Amino acid sequence: MTRREKKNLIRILVALCLFACIFAVDKAISLDGVFGGRFGWLFPFALYIAVYFVIGYDVLWRAIRNIAHGQVFDENFLMCVATLGAFALGIYRGAIGAEIEGFDEACAVLLFYQVGEWFQSYATGKSRKSISGLMDIRPDYANVKRDGAVVRVDPSEVKIGDVIVVNPGEKIPLDGVIESGASSLDTKALTGESLPRDVETGDEVISGTVNLTSQIEVRASKEFYDSTVSKILDLVENASSQKSRAENFITKFAKYYTPAVVGVAVLLALIPGFVTGDWQIWVYRALSFLVVSCPCALVISIPLSFFAGIGAASRYGILVKGSNYLEKLDKANIFVFDKTGTLTKGNFAVVKVTPNDCERDEVLRLAAIAERDSTHPIARSIVDAYGGETPGGYTLTDVAGRGVTAQNGDDVIYCGNEKLMTENGIAFEKESGLGTVVYVARNDKFIGSLLIADEIKPESKQVIGALNAMSCKTVMLTGDNEAIAHSVADEIGLTGYKASLLPQNKVEHVETMLAEKESGDVLCFVGDGINDAPVLMRSDIGIAMGGVGSDAAIEASDIVLMKDDLRGIPIAKRISKKTMAIVMQNIVFSLIIKLAILILSAVGITNMWIAVFGDVGVAVLAILNAMRVNSKYDDRTKCVAVEPSA
Amino acid sequence: MKKVYRLEDLDCANCAAKMERAISKLDGVSAANVNFMTQRMTIDADESRFDEIMRDVVKICKKVEPDCRIIM
Repeated sequence: MTRREKKNLIRILVALCLFACIFAVDKAISLDGVFGGRFGWLFPFALYIAVYFVIGYDVLWRAIRNIAHGQVFDENFLMCVATLGAFALGIYRGAIGAEIEGFDEACAVLLFYQVGEWFQSYATGKSRKSISGLMDIRPDYANVKRDGAVVRVDPSEVKIGDVIVVNPGEKIPLDGVIESGASSLDTKALTGESLPRDVETGDEVISGTVNLTSQIEVRASKEFYDSTVSKILDLVENASSQKSRAENFITKFAKYYTPAVVGVAVLLALIPGFVTGDWQIWVYRALSFLVVSCPCALVISIPLSFFAGIGAASRYGILVKGSNYLEKLDKANIFVFDKTGTLTKGNFAVVKVTPNDCERDEVLRLAAIAERDSTHPIARSIVDAYGGETPGGYTLTDVAGRGVTAQNGDDVIYCGNEKLMTENGIAFEKESGLGTVVYVARNDKFIGSLLIADEIKPESKQVIGALNAMSCKTVMLTGDNEAIAHSVADEIGLTGYKASLLPQNKVEHVETMLAEKESGDVLCFVGDGINDAPVLMRSDIGIAMGGVGSDAAIEASDIVLMKDDLRGIPIAKRISKKTMAIVMQNIVFSLIIKLAILILSAVGITNMWIAVFGDVGVAVLAILNAMRVNSKYDDRTKCVAVEPSA
Repeated sequence: MKKVYRLEDLDCANCAAKMERAISKLDGVSAANVNFMTQRMTIDADESRFDEIMRDVVKICKKVEPDCRIIM
């Protein structure tokens, strides 16, 4: 609660007590009868108007100020016209000697209006805090080493090459490299990853992460405005400037709604009043119109829903660049994936070992001995797969285009392709799996074969399954040959693939898909963001993976998965779906209630008490509904495992 | 040139929308965004006339929502 909210709350409570007392006494003994006579109405009028000023002096003051500025359709002004109008009607009734009514109502309407406004301000403030707290990654200062002393400066004053001291609990203010020290970093706010990352001297660190365990010194490699944290903040703060169609609709609606309702109110007071001569009733109904004339429920709750959606996504390390993308993602039904680095890890790994009369490890061990000094990715994958120590003492010889031989006295290990085997007269069993096959033999005896291929990410299958279940088309684009593409597509359950594409043909193919899709379809391209910038920009929604540290990805895409984890996609889709559902609920609910109250007021079924609910009550309910967006998204389906950070 | 300002006591979402509309219409402003949620205002305007434009922006804000302050 801010100080202003506290002050207003006290004022509302005081006014409420005063009003309740006066109202109770009025109902019990009828205040206008206390002094009686022609001016008997003056007594209750004086009491109620006093309460009215206690509760609404600020509304009145704002109304006067705004009308002086020419703001005719200002809600303060309209609320004052409505309530003071009700007072005027009461005085009129008093003057003509009719039974007094309307004073209590005018007071109560303003009171409820203030209660609603207060609650609205409290609820938005609270939700704003709970959402933007998650985006609170801005470092406030940097401890720079200058001439041997540590000085605390603004992060923007740090230059490239400066050494910054980061104590445990502090945020790393700029991107850089660790100069000395080792620690673990909390990257939750950036990536949604809840496991801390261990870093040591020489490692690159990213601004916005929190140093957890011990002091480190970091040499800045980028200026503040160029650092990851600035880029992300810039993106988050500007996220809502890309407005969704729903928001644009509301903005337009708000522009016409108030003048239209006020216009109808004026007509309602004049025309039937003139025809029937029953001015009192029609003026009263017109005043009820003014009470419902603020479009606040929509104007606040719709952007709040999107804001909450973007906030919820950021908790999972998903940056959505604008509410329009959240809106589009809900409709996205064609997901095009780049293969290497997106569906697969983009590195080689031993996927199959076929031993020939020996232990599986023996094949790997012998291959690792032969390949231990090679830097070729295939060789590295074998050494990594073995993992253990390899004995030295072997003389390694590269056989160009064949493989490697390792010799230690009489002991010879052959490690290479088919040609190496045939040329050395070794009988081997052919491996027909897809990928690169390495055969291993020792002293003319065939030991076994290794199948090395690009590894499919463990989560690919479940993510594709989740998307297929949402009846989306899933298509893979790859430069690999038909056979490999087919087997990968089969394994992870893609609905389609396109093989043998050269990098430049990817854009063409996506263009064709865009041209062929039907009008309601939304095409979403998912890539690693490094080579895919043109495709990311061209597609309806570009999703880049592994955004941390990659400026190109952040700039080219519309949605960034900060963590290199595909599971963000179904989560983002669920968030967008829920956001859009709540947006629709709020639009429909607010419009129906407002319209119903307008119609019922016009025919005289409802009164101002109900009308004030149609104003602030609806707004509060819509805000509460909007806050439902900010919930958890990973616990209801099988596609779990991304831990939320808060 | 694009600049972001923090707004204090921007209490009414409709006012934010009104400010945004009025500021966008100012001569020399190519884009304006008043964000009720983040309480921030982004203005993209002609650099050579920025100070002059900002004076008008402050005037507009005062007019639409007198309680709201732009933190310069």
